[in-house]
Amino acid sequence: MALTLYPPEFQIERDKERCIACQVCVRQCANDGHIYDPDDDSISSDESRCIGCHRCATLCPTGAITIRETPMHFRTNANWSARALKDIYKQAETGGVLLTGMGCDRPYPSYFDRILLNASQVTNPSIDPLREPMELRTYLGNKPDRVAFAPTAEGVDLATALGPQLVLETPILFSAMSYGSISYNACWALARAAKAAGTFYNTGEGGLHRNFYEYGKNTIAQVASGRFGVHADYLDVAAALEIKIGQGAKPGIGGHLPGEKVSEQISQTRMIPVGTDALSPAPHHDIYSIEDLRQLIFALKEATRYSKPVGVKIAAVHNVAPIASGVVRAGADMVAIDGLRGGTGAAPTIIRDNVGIPIELAIAAVDSRLREEGIRHRASVIAAGGFRNSADVIKAIALGADAVYIATGALVAMGCHLCQKCYTGKCNWGIATQDPYLTKRLNPNIATRRLINLLRGWSLEIKEMLGGMGINAIESLRGNREHLRGVGMMERELKILGIKSAGEAW
Amino acid sequence: MSQFYEKDISGCGIIAIMNERGLDISGELVMSAIASMRERANGLGGGFAAYGIYPGYRDYYAFHIMFDNLQAKDETEALLKTRCFLEIGEPIPTRPNRNITNPPLLWRYFLKPKEECINGIGEEDFIVGVVMDINTMIGGAFVASSGKNMGVFKGVGYPEDIGDFFRLDEYEGYIWTAHGRFPTNSQGWWGGAHPFSLLDWTVIHNGEISSYGINKRYLEHFGYRCTLFTDTEVMAYLFDLLIRKHGLPLELAAKVISAPFWDEIGRMEEKQRLFFTVLRIVYGSALVNGPFAVVVGHTHGMIGLNDRIKLRPLIAARDGDMLFIASEDSAIREICPHPQKVWMPRAGEPVVCTLKSSIQEDSSLWERNRLLRQQWFGESYQ
Repeated sequence: MALTLYPPEFQIERDKERCIACQVCVRQCANDGHIYDPDDDSISSDESRCIGCHRCATLCPTGAITIRETPMHFRTNANWSARALKDIYKQAETGGVLLTGMGCDRPYPSYFDRILLNASQVTNPSIDPLREPMELRTYLGNKPDRVAFAPTAEGVDLATALGPQLVLETPILFSAMSYGSISYNACWALARAAKAAGTFYNTGEGGLHRNFYEYGKNTIAQVASGRFGVHADYLDVAAALEIKIGQGAKPGIGGHLPGEKVSEQISQTRMIPVGTDALSPAPHHDIYSIEDLRQLIFALKEATRYSKPVGVKIAAVHNVAPIASGVVRAGADMVAIDGLRGGTGAAPTIIRDNVGIPIELAIAAVDSRLREEGIRHRASVIAAGGFRNSADVIKAIALGADAVYIATGALVAMGCHLCQKCYTGKCNWGIATQDPYLTKRLNPNIATRRLINLLRGWSLEIKEMLGGMGINAIESLRGNREHLRGVGMMERELKILGIKSAGEAW
Repeated sequence: MSQFYEKDISGCGIIAIMNERGLDISGELVMSAIASMRERANGLGGGFAAYGIYPGYRDYYAFHIMFDNLQAKDETEALLKTRCFLEIGEPIPTRPNRNITNPPLLWRYFLKPKEECINGIGEEDFIVGVVMDINTMIGGAFVASSGKNMGVFKGVGYPEDIGDFFRLDEYEGYIWTAHGRFPTNSQGWWGGAHPFSLLDWTVIHNGEISSYGINKRYLEHFGYRCTLFTDTEVMAYLFDLLIRKHGLPLELAAKVISAPFWDEIGRMEEKQRLFFTVLRIVYGSALVNGPFAVVVGHTHGMIGLNDRIKLRPLIAARDGDMLFIASEDSAIREICPHPQKVWMPRAGEPVVCTLKSSIQEDSSLWERNRLLRQQWFGESYQ
């Protein structure tokens, strides 16, 4: 191997006194970071191969392994950081586009971390969710802005027919992750957890394996620019459809599943030959403007006889509010907005880290815009992109989202350590890989249980926070920005978020 | 106007009295009832709504307006004159009360909209527009009430002093509601006292609305501008929207504002379940959350309502034709020592009091509402 000009990113420290040379680390590392020498019965490391996924350190039975980030080797320079230099060395060596996985990891301000929640004192009793009902049920879909009545022979009846709705027992859905980008077991766990928790998971653009049709009532089927796996049964079996226009991690560009990952099963699911690259074009080749999107929305509605909501997923970009307005006017029943920190299985680093806007601002801008135009009721807003905990979720809902999509959080629940190497197909945790040796590491039963636990834990926390605010139904918090206050923000940012500064009373 | 409006938090005492047959009740009665709940107020606001007090002008909209200064009065009158026929404009009679200081200019106008100004939007919407314009565009002017044959009398002080100041002992009406306020801020603004009113809707309210932020934004969608520095006005506007504009009967409007829990809906029989599911889905943003006890008055009756887990007191009583709703039993017994029936309405269960006399003008609406009521709540309801 040619000499590279940058040091390994991680150091593997092996405590020789603890190491029993059992070779667990050797077997667990798909990147060959650990090497067994049979002559010597000892293990050594190739640190240049370590990606920092911590699989070996987690599984080492004697706790002999510690993975550390390599201390700074470059001369300190505020402008030319170690990362900037390393990226240049890598590109000088390869001449390629730098790839990465997961969401943007750059230190842009997190508005969630600058928003604080309210709680009741004296004038308004807080509500104890352990003793009083606390409702998180959420309906997604187009709603009329009023109910009409009509006289009938027996009396009076509803004259308003509600469009198809998705019913969620908690306002959290699993976001789009395709079969291909993640393993069969990972998809299966998401489907089962969504069913158990009374919510939905999203197929992503990889089609739906026939074995998962039994979870159709909890499935949102995506129709993306590659149209992989889109056929009549796929549309019929799902509870809702989603047209994917953009993704927060890579707004404006398409996707690429390398042929190496296209196994027999994936080939059948995606309806492409085994071993061929699955390329999703940047735009849909039949959508060059909003009127084309309208045609696709209604083509899908026609194909499913208006029996299920059809949503559109867009990335949060500068004009997200008017774009969302156009999408609603085009007939979408749900608009999913994916923010700057939304994850991916593979994206050019430069795009992931520099394109798009934070989801917090996007939610506020879209919700305000749709209300100004009087069309907020016509579509539900689902926010996506980097929700780390239940507080992020509740803040997003108070800003105006109907529900949130989580994906990174779900992967972490299954074991992901955010090494950001999903695009290599060598996920040591058995999630973002198709290698049978690796995928069998993810026990679908355990993964399902962990996902259910995560949803349960977050839902309980949301109930506690709601009760603290003196609210016992999530719809009373939705778009209720009076319960949010900002710290450390400029006037302009507060205005866009539509919230007051901390210290300002009602 | 700033992007944000103030919300005012208050604890309070409320009482409402009605004669089912529409017979007149003296203002004295309600004043002594509210006075018995003096502990529930702190002298920063008191007020009354009275229905049936202007029978001689029953066809005119009675505007009770507060002015900070003469300029505001001139501007308001100029606005009224361009859009309405003013039959009478006069100061509201008052008498000096040593506890009432610094009142604004208090005037009442009996008016009818000019046909050519209504422009097809409907007379009531036109009046709402006039009220909203005065409240938002003219500094120092505030419309306290704007209905027919009714009026709101309110200000800064204990309610019994406010009643004395407005000489309410000289008025007679078939519905009276009264409110003593215990605000947790000290904004001494006359307009901030209860009842809040729009057209013939009046609201007296004890509580804090935790869902205010979304209720306000929801109402903006339908053209209501919340400008009164209080959360109570959303209650008035929600009733106006649901009943007058969307045609829901009172009971159903109450079931939107204090919506049944999903569990409860789940236990209903199928048709009813679908009905209430749709209602909650469509009107989720109109659900009023947080502790409240409220009495909404209107020309044809009144309704008492609690939040869905009853976090504020509300008690009701009946004695012959007389109906009572109050914060405390004591306030009712002050004026009716031995009512035939006294009951505690359950959380979210409306107390609907409807006039038996036949002054309902819109009979088709009334008939439809009666059918709806029968269908969803059964004959035995109330």
